[in-house]
Amino acid sequence: MKSNLVKYTLSLAFLVSTMLIAVSVGSVAVPIPEIIKIIGSELFRLPVAADVDSMYISIVYDIRLPRVILAGLVGASLAIAGAAFQGLLRNPLADPYILGVSSGASVGAVSTLFFNISIPFLRMYTLPILSIIAALATIMIVLFFAKKVDKTMRVESIILTGIIFSSFLGSIISLIIALTGEELQQIMSWLLGSVSMRGWRYVGIILPFLIIGCFLLLMNSRELNAMSFGEERAQYLGVNVEKRKMLILASGSILTGAAVAVSGTIGFVGLVIPHLARKLWGPDHMHLLPLSMITGAGFLILTDLLSRTIISPQVLPVGVITALVGAPVFAVILIKQKRKAAR
Amino acid sequence: MLNVENVSGGYDGEKIVKNIHFSVGKGEFFGILGPNGSGKTTLLKLLSGLLELQQGMVKISNISITDLTKKQLAKKVAVLPQLSPQAFPYTVKETVSLGRYAHHRGFFQTWTEADEKIVQEVMKQTNISQFQDNSVMEHSGGEQQRIFLAQALVQQPEILLLDEPTNHLDLAYQKELLDLLRTRARQEELTVVAILHDLNLASLYCDRILLMEQGEARAIANPDDVLSEELINRVYHTEVIKQLHAQIAKPQLHLMPGKKNEKEGAKVKIDEALLSFSSERIVLQAKQPLKTLSSGVIGAGFGWYSSFVNRHVDANYNCTNHREEMQEYLSRYDFPVSQTVGMMTAVALEDHSYGMYEGDGFSIMIVVTAGVGNAVDSTRMDSPVAGPVKPGTINTWIFINGKLMDEAYIQAIITATEAKAQVLRDCNVRDAVTKKQATGTSTDSILVAATQQGKEIDYAGTATELGYLIGRGVYQEMKQSIQNYFKRKEMHDHLSLN
Repeated sequence: MKSNLVKYTLSLAFLVSTMLIAVSVGSVAVPIPEIIKIIGSELFRLPVAADVDSMYISIVYDIRLPRVILAGLVGASLAIAGAAFQGLLRNPLADPYILGVSSGASVGAVSTLFFNISIPFLRMYTLPILSIIAALATIMIVLFFAKKVDKTMRVESIILTGIIFSSFLGSIISLIIALTGEELQQIMSWLLGSVSMRGWRYVGIILPFLIIGCFLLLMNSRELNAMSFGEERAQYLGVNVEKRKMLILASGSILTGAAVAVSGTIGFVGLVIPHLARKLWGPDHMHLLPLSMITGAGFLILTDLLSRTIISPQVLPVGVITALVGAPVFAVILIKQKRKAAR
Repeated sequence: MLNVENVSGGYDGEKIVKNIHFSVGKGEFFGILGPNGSGKTTLLKLLSGLLELQQGMVKISNISITDLTKKQLAKKVAVLPQLSPQAFPYTVKETVSLGRYAHHRGFFQTWTEADEKIVQEVMKQTNISQFQDNSVMEHSGGEQQRIFLAQALVQQPEILLLDEPTNHLDLAYQKELLDLLRTRARQEELTVVAILHDLNLASLYCDRILLMEQGEARAIANPDDVLSEELINRVYHTEVIKQLHAQIAKPQLHLMPGKKNEKEGAKVKIDEALLSFSSERIVLQAKQPLKTLSSGVIGAGFGWYSSFVNRHVDANYNCTNHREEMQEYLSRYDFPVSQTVGMMTAVALEDHSYGMYEGDGFSIMIVVTAGVGNAVDSTRMDSPVAGPVKPGTINTWIFINGKLMDEAYIQAIITATEAKAQVLRDCNVRDAVTKKQATGTSTDSILVAATQQGKEIDYAGTATELGYLIGRGVYQEMKQSIQNYFKRKEMHDHLSLN
């Protein structure tokens, strides 16, 4: 039993150090003390100390910091959504990407761009909101079909249905891309997932949804604990299962939809991070959810750093790196689960 | 407490449970029995509010469960469903603590001292506190069942519903779990409604039982009435024999195995060919166990035995450790003690007498060894027989080729004893002290053994053919044996006089 203080201190230390390193490293290296000075003055609205190079201020404030923060917010969203889906479906293999939720959100986003939809009242939130709606619709359809296929909703059935829908939705996206013809490179790189060149505007887009989604999920952490023991048992314990399940699915979709809208599909964060966090800190959702968020943010900041430095000056889509890390982890968990079931 | 009024329900509009109507009182242990697919689990899901009722009403303290929120319901009713595999490694304490969910309001209510106290208390009662920090997944099915029982108990429910709680549990855990539930029911007035698989366990623990068949109630009554041979045979389509528990006043049902194999099923007949005599013992070795009621030193009471030994001992035999000594004796001569009825006698075995008697569709064989050295009148009033207990003198064996009811065994003994008294009167045997007619000797022994094959014989009173044969047979063989005894005595006296 590790004390909660230790859990949170270690996780936050990881997050803060990845942030500092990610802001510091690049074509122009910014020394960490300078970063602290710049961020500190921004936070407290003080004039920046005279000895700081103004080029540093521009690099940190206009380029690297928004990118790092966006990566952190996307990572946090995907990780907490993954943790919630896993708890709800009693399955450490559930993840917004594998369940097809990310693909659904992509279809929503791509169609918004393709048809140039702009709902006057929503303005810049049109894209995330349509992504969220598409994400929610996808998870509902996936679960509906999984139940049709297999009444007991076994893990394998849900994952298989999710994968089938993922490829189906993927082909729809390909169709839309084929029809656009232009800006192919841009949409492709968006699809593979990236947080580069987005700026503060995108931070503003994702932040409200992250706050709403996380708040709703944290409100349901006890219910998630109960539902980890199965919906029947949860109801016997007094959980209003139908209502809570909808709330959790909706929150997960809000988080995934908003993340996809700002960064494209970044896979496996929602799989690897909650799994790791559970291994390290235990399965209690009261702490698993916030700890997954913190760790997920740090993880995506780190992978984003890798993506822009590993073959510099070329920039890899961050989704490529997460998939390179995540797919083998997925395989390992699957094998372990099967072994346990066989025993 | 719990009123179930004309409840029907099932899945997807299908009616699995039909018109069930019963009520359970506070602190009652109520069992639900029935063959597979009879709707027991569906009924439990209807009672717990998991399935919607198609018809009827379930009321707890006169409030319909449909009028309660899920949390309100969870404070009144806890459920222990069948064990399912766990997905995540929660600790035992985390798992048990979840039972307090219904007692918390909203997200911001924190864990209170009262919560902690009840969780610790219940973990102690269910004997799981020693591994409260381990993962639930590490534990065996039996321990997991206790952990989830603890989770249900910390809900502090008025009613506890259980679905086959003893499934997959070792014998000791089954008893432990049911004992715990019964204690809770008796001491804390917890109302327990449990689906049970094992009819005999249900008999031991339930106050009342609901027997279900094809979704309907076949019987709702106390265990003795529900577990009747006729009812169980009809509902479960299998033959059972009902008997009383050996120690407590609860019925137990015994299965009858199907067609026996040929060797076992072979017809057995007890006759003279199975007897062997020596000066040390008379033995009857049956090829199959016989159902026996006896007063032997070994194998007393009812039981199934295949070896019958009447052993000669010296008149000065020391009787203090006679049971162990007899066991040693039997083992020494390769008689399996658990399958043997052993008797002792001080009389000369050569005075024995035996004979076969044929009845209509059955036959009996009587074997008697008799001596009247310490004959007594059982009605003498002064005192018990004084002096050291002497080994038995009149030993009577009655073998019956037939199928006897229990009452027939007892009547056979009465009939044989009456015949014995008559023999002693006709031989003019007298009590050494009172000089009145003796009725027996001070240490007589008897056994009645039957093959339990062939003709069914309900009674063995003197008005029946069996009773008649026993009376006649015992009279003839015993008289013969006593005459042999006198004859030998006379010869002996005559020889010693010379």
